[in-house]
Amino acid sequence: MKLIIDIITGAYSLLAGMWVTIKAFFSPVVTVQYPRKVIDITPRFRGHIKLVSDQEDPSRMKCFVCGSCERACPSNSIKKVEGEKREGEKKKTVTSYILDFTTCSQCGLCVESCPVGAIDFSADYNPVGFRREDFCWDLVREFEKRRAAA
Amino acid sequence: MIDQIIDIIGVLNIRVAIGLANVLGLITISAMVLTWAERKVAGHMQRRIAAKEVGPFGLIQPVADVIKLLGKEMLTPADVEKPLYYLGPILIFVPVLVSFVVIPFDARLQVMDVNVGILVILAFSSLSVLSILIAGWGSNNKYSLIGSIRSVAQNIAYEIPLLLSLLAVVFMSNSLSMKEIVEAQNDVWYVFKQPIAFLIFFIACVAETNRTPFDLPEGESELVAGYHTEYSGMRFALFFLAEYTSMLIVSAVATTLFLGGYKGPVLPGVVWFLGKTYFLVFLMLWFRWTFPRVRFDQLLNFSWKILMPLSFLNLIATGALLKL
Repeated sequence: MKLIIDIITGAYSLLAGMWVTIKAFFSPVVTVQYPRKVIDITPRFRGHIKLVSDQEDPSRMKCFVCGSCERACPSNSIKKVEGEKREGEKKKTVTSYILDFTTCSQCGLCVESCPVGAIDFSADYNPVGFRREDFCWDLVREFEKRRAAA
Repeated sequence: MIDQIIDIIGVLNIRVAIGLANVLGLITISAMVLTWAERKVAGHMQRRIAAKEVGPFGLIQPVADVIKLLGKEMLTPADVEKPLYYLGPILIFVPVLVSFVVIPFDARLQVMDVNVGILVILAFSSLSVLSILIAGWGSNNKYSLIGSIRSVAQNIAYEIPLLLSLLAVVFMSNSLSMKEIVEAQNDVWYVFKQPIAFLIFFIACVAETNRTPFDLPEGESELVAGYHTEYSGMRFALFFLAEYTSMLIVSAVATTLFLGGYKGPVLPGVVWFLGKTYFLVFLMLWFRWTFPRVRFDQLLNFSWKILMPLSFLNLIATGALLKL
């Protein structure tokens, strides 16, 4: 008797399993064909940092070279934060801002320490390179490239 | 001139030669289609797209695979038993080729109507066990050997319920010829008269073809690839071809014996036959992507303790009912 019950419950479980797979078979596909289609990056995604443009004058960066991010960075990934005082401007303008992404752990201390919110995480999730040096970016140049592209 | 040649060779021989050539074509094409179908079924059951890059819907993918396999070097490992190692892939192809000869694709589309058709298929399909054993032994590799020995144990265990469930059909149709069995199903398919026999037969078939959930002989996670671990290039392709073709054969036999073969309304018989066959093949693919692999003791217990007594009882009941 136990054997018969076993056979019936076993057969039922097999049919239940087959129902699951056939339902999946006729359901729409959930994968995204990556290089051709890209899903939206969530706003809280932590990519490498980027310099934010000024709200009043988008051609300028908010950063006024206080250097607090450079000091806050626990792995010394931010180097050479330098700037100059230009004619007719109140604050300094950043001219060089090197980020060594190979040692950066996206902890976000630089973003938090910035007094004016001049640094933010970018949505750039797939930087590639063949050498270590490919991941040392001058964020000022990256900013200008981004502006030129937009 | 042509009459003389036909006289010398004999009509029957010419018929068989042409039939075998067609069967070869069918085998190759169906194996290619099945590899594609397996990928697609696997993909969609896991809710992804599967092969799609080569050709529309990835339909040309099997051609690319064949070209790759043909282009590969046929490596012969140093310590193999050379005669056996070479014989394995050739021998596995014989039963595959012969079995199609007796299968009726339509009322008149059959290479040869042998009056012991079922026997021919069963006799030759048990040869594939031998070739698996030869391949596993000749490879001189522990995984291959374990895989082939598992395969032999499994095939012996499942051949008995398979035969017994077939006998019930033979009892009812009073014939061993495939065509006469189909003709005997004019009114009702045997799957309705013999549901238990069909179930046992199909389960045993899945086990005979070493498909999941009975794929212990080639369990990747335990035995690399089982008996064909040491084979590469075209020799591996022959094993692969034989595996997919044996799927097609058992489905075709099940169609012939239980699902009324080429019988069906409106559409031509070939369409009905191939439709039913490929439905059974799809069922096998469906099994593969649903069920996990059974343990070896479960495998053998299931055959000896459940399937065999059940098929025996079924046979006795059939005989008793027919005699009454």
